[in-house]
Amino acid sequence: MSSGYLSLTDDDRAEMLAAIGVSSIEELFEQIPPGVRFDRELDVPPALSELELVTSISDLAAKNAHSGVELSFLGAGIYDHYVPSVVDVLLSRGEFLTAYTPYQPEMSQGVLQAIFEYQSVICELTGMDVSNASGYDGTTVAADACFVAKHTSDRSKVVLAETLNPQVRQVVKTFALGFGLDVVEVPHRGGTTDPDELGVAAADAAAVIFQQPNFFGCLEPAADLAAAASSAGAHPIAHVDLMTLGVLEAPGEYGCAMAVGEGQSAGCPPLFGGPHYGFFAARQEFVRRMPGRIVGETIDADGRRAYVLTLQTREQHIRREKATSNITTNQTLLALAGLVTLSWLGPQGLREVGETSMALAEYAREKLPLEPAFEAPCVKEVAFRTPIPAREVVRRMRERGVHPGYVLGRDYEGMDDVLLVAVTERRTPDDIDRLAQTLEEVLA
Amino acid sequence: MTEPGRAWDDAPLIFERSRTGRRAGRMPDYGLPKPELPPELARARAPRLPELAEPELVRHITALADRTFGVDTGFYPLGSCTMKHNPRVNERVGRLPGFRDLHPHQEDEGAQGALELMWTLQGILAEVAGLPAVTLQPAAGSQGELTGLMLMRAYFADRGEERDTIVTADTAHGTNPASVTMAGYKLERVGTDARGNLDLEDLRGKVNERTAGLMLTNPSTLGLFDEGIEEVARIFHDAGALLYYDGANLNAVVGISRPGNMGFDIVHYNLHKTFSQPHGGGGPGGGPVAVRETIEQFLPAPVVARDGDVFRLEHDRPKSIGRVRGFAGPFGVFVRSYAYMRAYGPALREMSEVAVLNANYLLAKLRDAYDLPYDRHCMHEFVLSARSLKREHGITALDVAKRLMDYGIHPPTVYFPLVVPEALMIEPTETEPKERLDDFVDAMQAIAREAAESPELLKEAPHGRPVRRLDEVRAAKQPVLRYAFDDDPAFVG
Repeated sequence: MSSGYLSLTDDDRAEMLAAIGVSSIEELFEQIPPGVRFDRELDVPPALSELELVTSISDLAAKNAHSGVELSFLGAGIYDHYVPSVVDVLLSRGEFLTAYTPYQPEMSQGVLQAIFEYQSVICELTGMDVSNASGYDGTTVAADACFVAKHTSDRSKVVLAETLNPQVRQVVKTFALGFGLDVVEVPHRGGTTDPDELGVAAADAAAVIFQQPNFFGCLEPAADLAAAASSAGAHPIAHVDLMTLGVLEAPGEYGCAMAVGEGQSAGCPPLFGGPHYGFFAARQEFVRRMPGRIVGETIDADGRRAYVLTLQTREQHIRREKATSNITTNQTLLALAGLVTLSWLGPQGLREVGETSMALAEYAREKLPLEPAFEAPCVKEVAFRTPIPAREVVRRMRERGVHPGYVLGRDYEGMDDVLLVAVTERRTPDDIDRLAQTLEEVLA
Repeated sequence: MTEPGRAWDDAPLIFERSRTGRRAGRMPDYGLPKPELPPELARARAPRLPELAEPELVRHITALADRTFGVDTGFYPLGSCTMKHNPRVNERVGRLPGFRDLHPHQEDEGAQGALELMWTLQGILAEVAGLPAVTLQPAAGSQGELTGLMLMRAYFADRGEERDTIVTADTAHGTNPASVTMAGYKLERVGTDARGNLDLEDLRGKVNERTAGLMLTNPSTLGLFDEGIEEVARIFHDAGALLYYDGANLNAVVGISRPGNMGFDIVHYNLHKTFSQPHGGGGPGGGPVAVRETIEQFLPAPVVARDGDVFRLEHDRPKSIGRVRGFAGPFGVFVRSYAYMRAYGPALREMSEVAVLNANYLLAKLRDAYDLPYDRHCMHEFVLSARSLKREHGITALDVAKRLMDYGIHPPTVYFPLVVPEALMIEPTETEPKERLDDFVDAMQAIAREAAESPELLKEAPHGRPVRRLDEVRAAKQPVLRYAFDDDPAFVG
């Protein structure tokens, strides 16, 4: 039985084979040397009808403890912000869903214009001059930034604040080897990074990357960190969260050369880690070293405003081994979800997202029977000390239907008793009361 | 006031639809005290995001969709991109709350369904490649390439061997040489022989003890299966080097020939090509990598492991090259590709068979109207040349591409591979019915006639799209890469 995704009838096949001048499809495969032909059936699970597929995959989905069945305060890089219903209007339109990279602009003005609008929003939020059409995620855009920094300086070292998301640091280290970059990390002091210490480490570095708010939820002295990096001749790069930029200063306003980050919080559900989008924005001076697709405005033969992929001489399909990146497929559809989400919010809504999270974080500080681990101000995530190992707190709490947060001891030595609690606008004061009450029960 | 005309002539930017004070979304008021930020950290000026109520926001998105062409709109034979139909059941299961709202830091015991799906997907991918170990982590094909090259580095470093060169074909995608540079390797190029295979004479002279490996697409970007692949593999393996399979063209050979059996040691898949993850206007994709046993220990961590009936993410992999992306990969892509594979089961072979049949049918019908640089049966795609049209009528591959738009067809890939002048690279995929293939044949033949009879029609094409040909030089010379907020009175002050 033929798949419902295929349309050829037996008559079609016979007619087509005759037109080709062969008697069977097999004949077309005679170019494959006999020694490398696959001569048995694939040993894969049996075919399912659409009805069976939905049942079978729904069964798998039902085995997961998602935020609809467990009150969750997990964050640590991926945040449960509200995704507006209009995002599905976009994601369900087949024209966006089933198009590819707009190589032929006359066929793709809609997606090109949407990317141009996305770039504009990213530039505006980060205070930068130029944004690409997206990178894979918040980790890979940091590695991209290191590659740019290496090629715009004569230095071969990058400095990472230890308060930068551990997965981001891991990805930078993986690719730094190929880029020919050494990676140095600067430890935190009481939850934030010391500008003087960062400045010393940056002395011969191409770039410094720090995160705002940092992985512990704390607000870094971002302007001082950027100034310390700049004084040492290193490019300051901020790793930021779009959903906090309604209340927090834009990296471009405190002297950063580039701003990158994970876009998930704006427009994408957690989805067990992806697909999401990474954003990459920079000052004008880096425009010809930018990785990835960039859309520009131009005119058509009649003088009408139009959009097109531009500065393509940076890219792999033109420049090959001299390209600024190998990226081809990026995360366009998710970046457009970000555009729609941020447009749905507008400046007032984005400010409210930040203020609501901050208010809830303050409420959690007051209500939870735990001491904050650090003194620095927080926006949407607070680290607390636990009187017993934090892993044990998580285990006991999950038995009661509450996931209290991320155990920092997973990544940081000596932090087995630190729990990172995320509060987005989707958590209510009642939810936090329940978290507090359940904590009291399991710690009693 | 709007002048009467084609509706899609008017395409304001979202910022031009903005009016101060409008909004769509608002946050709940929990009645909590308003928090204060230290002034040096607080945003001094509100970001100039568009201000729209929901009706105009939805209209804006809809207008942009109307000006975009996808596989859902019509035939999209963009060579090397495998623009096949994207089944909607995949979208449905990809949005199940048990996946959508599952946090990636969830404990393994709270993510058993997701991990089981990934584990099964790894198994199917391993069977398709004929290689035992799979990482799902890479975000797309290009990242799979870079991951593969970092695996080679780790493999040779572990053996104490110093090798610094990667060999690629002159027909290779641009991503191959770009990945070679990013992985810190030197590049060596090998030519193509008269039948479209790797030139073995050229190759033998370029493989030595400094060679780390080969990156190859098979079938090649010419759509031809390399008839000498067994000898190619022998040459590299005899030199102690590895073979990397660029899976961009895997849609030609699923269940028909496996990269592992061809002699490849490392393979990447493009889940958005072969296994139907929608291309999304440029992404997301998925680029899992499969390897031989000898390379497994270097795979990026974490990997999905199984102990009896329990699945877990294994992080403790001392020889791992490290992490290449966040978490364990683009999970939503896995759900869609898994659903696609389960819809076929062992009949995945038929998917590739029909892809090859469709391509050969088009080739047979178009070979007289255009130049055919390599006269062989093709696999899932083929490359024609507009060389004669250019010589005789001054009509280029680009003109042909632009004129196809007037026939309601997305153009093929043009000017690639670089070894074919005026190249038109055509990949119909298996999901096209014969009627759409015939429409394409008719259009291509008509265009070849038009080239002779009325070349100006082609030079000025397209005529029926929202815009005509663009001034791409202006876009690059005077880059305008974001909205000019400062010139818009609505956003000043």
